Amino acid sequence: MSEIIIEATGIKKTLGQGAGEVKALRGIDLTLRRGEFTLLMGPSGSGKTTLLLVLGCMLAPSSGTLTVCGMPTSGVDKEGLARIRRDHIGFVFQSYHLFPTLTAAQNVQLALDIRHERGRKAGKRAREALNLVGLAQKADTLPGELSGGEQQRVAIARAFVANPSVILADEPTAALDGNNGRSIMRILADAAHQRERAVLVVTHDPRVIPFADRIVEIEDGLLVDTGSGGPERLHLPKAAAFRP
Amino acid sequence: MSLVPTLASRNLFHDRLRFVATLIGIVFSVVLVMIQMGLFLGFGRMVTTMIDHASADLWVLPKGAKCFEDPSLLDAKLRDKVTSVDGVASVVPLVIGFSDWRLESGETTPVFVVGADLRDGSLRPWNVVEGDVRALSQNGAVIVDRSYYDRLGVSKIGSTAEIRGRHVKVVALTDGIRSFTTTPYVFVDLKYARTYTGTFPDRASDLLVRLKPDADRDTVLKAVRALVGEHEVLTTDEFRSRSRSFWLFGTGAGAALFAGALLGVIVGTVIVAQTLYSSTKDHLSEFATLRAMGSSNGYIYRVIIYQALLNAIIGFVIATAIGTVVVEMTAKSALPIVITPWLIAALFVLTVVMCVASAIGAIVRVVRIDPATVFMR
Repeated sequence: MSEIIIEATGIKKTLGQGAGEVKALRGIDLTLRRGEFTLLMGPSGSGKTTLLLVLGCMLAPSSGTLTVCGMPTSGVDKEGLARIRRDHIGFVFQSYHLFPTLTAAQNVQLALDIRHERGRKAGKRAREALNLVGLAQKADTLPGELSGGEQQRVAIARAFVANPSVILADEPTAALDGNNGRSIMRILADAAHQRERAVLVVTHDPRVIPFADRIVEIEDGLLVDTGSGGPERLHLPKAAAFRP
Repeated sequence: MSLVPTLASRNLFHDRLRFVATLIGIVFSVVLVMIQMGLFLGFGRMVTTMIDHASADLWVLPKGAKCFEDPSLLDAKLRDKVTSVDGVASVVPLVIGFSDWRLESGETTPVFVVGADLRDGSLRPWNVVEGDVRALSQNGAVIVDRSYYDRLGVSKIGSTAEIRGRHVKVVALTDGIRSFTTTPYVFVDLKYARTYTGTFPDRASDLLVRLKPDADRDTVLKAVRALVGEHEVLTTDEFRSRSRSFWLFGTGAGAALFAGALLGVIVGTVIVAQTLYSSTKDHLSEFATLRAMGSSNGYIYRVIIYQALLNAIIGFVIATAIGTVVVEMTAKSALPIVITPWLIAALFVLTVVMCVASAIGAIVRVVRIDPATVFMR
């Protein structure tokens, strides 16, 4: 059995107060393991993003326990949680969130910079990460001059350049066409399989299913299936899927 | 090297219009403070210019004399008493006072007569650019500054006028001896000064005391104070300080200059704070992304403070260049603006403090960033 990177037990999260109170998560048990590519799927409002925020140490659960790389997160202050994110977690956002005034290489290097990794070595690592996502020739290009797919690849390079144990991605293919979506999923799958990371992708895009080792379904704040995945399990039409 | 300076400078230069507006605010503020403080220094120097150029170790003054221009008089016989004090080398009376100068055209203008014993050299005109100071010992001889040609209706050595109905002739010209009161100084020999100022022969404005080289100043000071009774005895530094204090703070002129400088600081701080806050607000999603990636708050503060520092440095350099031009332009004016290296250093520190303090609002805004917002966009 491979190493557990994130372990969530009995996670509950209530958002809002009084009449506006919503039980977004109602007792989630989930483990993410090294080398495993997991999809978290579910309809809108099912609690996918809330769970991602909790797993990414950006939202404290109302109850339950969360450990990241063996470290419990309960009682840790904001700076401590930021440190856990910095040291162990890489994020990929739906709308890329690149810095428009920095080049692709500088955007990637930023993930090292906040970890106090600077100088030529950091620059070299950033360019190597861009090379791995096929963007070595665009290292000095500003995000505004890149396509959506290229921007998302820069964001992925930024997520894994510091070698985090886990990558959490939120709808990374939502704004991309078929070719770009396939390319992004392949990079993320490689990040899990070849680089021994836990990768969790939140999506409601069924085309990404063929890449998954495991598909976790969430509905009304509860996991309804934590099975081992594959497109056949969801009866997905072959033509609709991104092919690995 | 960290990416903090790169990120800060790109954030700053990205919106050029806002950057220019910020710079204008800083430059306006720093130039205003620089001019106000330069005027303060210039004024401070001008009010003591006669004291600075007098050759005296101690000044015997009428009781309560507030400044060099004070019209109070003392008994000239004190001179003999003070001369007798052990350690005193010489005592020279000074007679000063306002008087009327009648131009050849018949117009009159007020002048400030400075009468000193030329043989003793206690307060001789300086910066003499034409003529000879020794000619001042002639009856009716005066020395004026050439910047007052128009005011005094003279155009060269040999020009004539009247002081209190007495015929006078310009025998030498100085350059740059200007009065902050705008009333021209007119140097005359002591023996004629009383006539021009209407001072009785047994009266003098001040006594300038020079000490022997081996004399202990404090000991002599005590001895002279004990001797002159109700009159005051000050060292040159004390008299300079008292004069400055009177003109700068007693008249409210200094307070007005400081108020202007304070206004400059407030305006600058508000402008920089507003633009930094607005810039930070525009880049909130980037700061939230940094926070989501795990950056410390300190890293984000550094970006904002670096922006503030860049504003400060660029604004200060431009302001200093403008200030230098202003200094050049006012060098020959009635009240020149004086900018010293210390003033420049203090202004730089002030500009940095002003800009960094302005960043507080932006920092407070950033502290409240929820990194989770990056997943909502």
